[in-house]
Amino acid sequence: MSTDTSKSSPERQSDTMDRRSFIKWCAIGWSAFAAVIGGYGALLLRYLFPNVLFEPKQSFRAGVPSEYTTGEVSERFKDLYGVWIVRDSEKIYALSTVCTHLGCTPNWMPSETKFKCPCHGSGFYKTGIHFEGPAPRPLERFKIGLNDEGEIVIDKTRKFQQEKGEWSDPESYLLA
Amino acid sequence: MTQDSNKENLGDKFKKTQVFRAIFRTGGIIETHKQRVLVTLNNVFLHLHPVRLPKHAVKVKYTWCMGGLSFFVFLVLTVTGILLMFYYRPTVEYAYGDVIDLQEQVPLGIMREVHRWSAHLMVITVWLHMFRVFMTGSYKPPREFNWVIGVILLVLTMLMSFTGYLLPWDQLAIWAITVGSNMAGATPFLGAAGPGASLLAIGDVNFVHSASDARFAMLGGRFVGEGALLRFYVLHCIGLPFVIMIFMIVHFWRVRKDGGISGPT
Repeated sequence: MSTDTSKSSPERQSDTMDRRSFIKWCAIGWSAFAAVIGGYGALLLRYLFPNVLFEPKQSFRAGVPSEYTTGEVSERFKDLYGVWIVRDSEKIYALSTVCTHLGCTPNWMPSETKFKCPCHGSGFYKTGIHFEGPAPRPLERFKIGLNDEGEIVIDKTRKFQQEKGEWSDPESYLLA
Repeated sequence: MTQDSNKENLGDKFKKTQVFRAIFRTGGIIETHKQRVLVTLNNVFLHLHPVRLPKHAVKVKYTWCMGGLSFFVFLVLTVTGILLMFYYRPTVEYAYGDVIDLQEQVPLGIMREVHRWSAHLMVITVWLHMFRVFMTGSYKPPREFNWVIGVILLVLTMLMSFTGYLLPWDQLAIWAITVGSNMAGATPFLGAAGPGASLLAIGDVNFVHSASDARFAMLGGRFVGEGALLRFYVLHCIGLPFVIMIFMIVHFWRVRKDGGISGPT
């Protein structure tokens, strides 16, 4: 029945918050809020990177060396994996089909024995060395090796750049 | 109240009905200056406009109306864009065919061209608006923050252009976005091909590689494919328009709050 008598009672005063604890609770509250928002931000960022990619594998088997003719550029794996396999008199190597200018896909012109990029006209020799157009460096080569069955295995996660002197690396070619 | 109140016309009668007074918060007959002001202030659409304008503000010679035209073109793009979404499917299998279908077979197939040309036009009008604002010195205080908002809106317009570029899914689209997204791959530290990326590694484990860098986040894949088409579509139709509208609201509001359209000094 008592109406609002508690307001003036002495134990009511202990409920009020002093300045120091108000600031403390503000700091805790805002820190927790910032942590939650930051956590959501991190989750959102992670969300953009799926665990499974429905893309061709980065590593693939490319048949046995005898399937490749000396002096020819094989376009067998160009569309699926973005790789040309070239065999010259000494070795077999895997060239990336990504133009080093801006990332278009050049075409292999057998009659002119060169790779020609349709976007801005960069030209590359069969070795991958650039000789015309705006491309600043040669095409990249991928890691190439043989598995136990004698099949060629190409690993696109390892790349070899001529301008860094990496084409002499034994993993960048197969001796034919 | 007025002399001829006994022979009021049909319009005045309608303005006294409950229906009219319920919809328009400034009900009744508008007679005083205060009431005219209230008509603008009490309406959600009108209140974006100033109650009064300086004479120079309506001179086309001074403003070129480029800001207004940019907004108009944006509205055209919104309407035509929504209409295009009824037919366009953002998948590798259907996208190109649907765009051809929109042009060749759908009645009023000009809709796609209207959207495309308006998009080009918006870049031009936004640029000319910026040029005008620069030439009239309208970026100076107190309008300096609205200039910053304007620059953000320019960037957002460019991003709308960029994301829309991929959607026809023709050779031009794919290679243009390939070239454009490779720039993201060259971002310092965040791009796999960028400077500093190789520093973010522990031993042989690279944290920034072709499936974890800024370019990947943009494309949803290692190359321009299904993931890129869908991400660009969602950004083009929902994400960027949402952001651009928020900045547009602030931009228009600040034009008024910073003292209206700047005048010749």
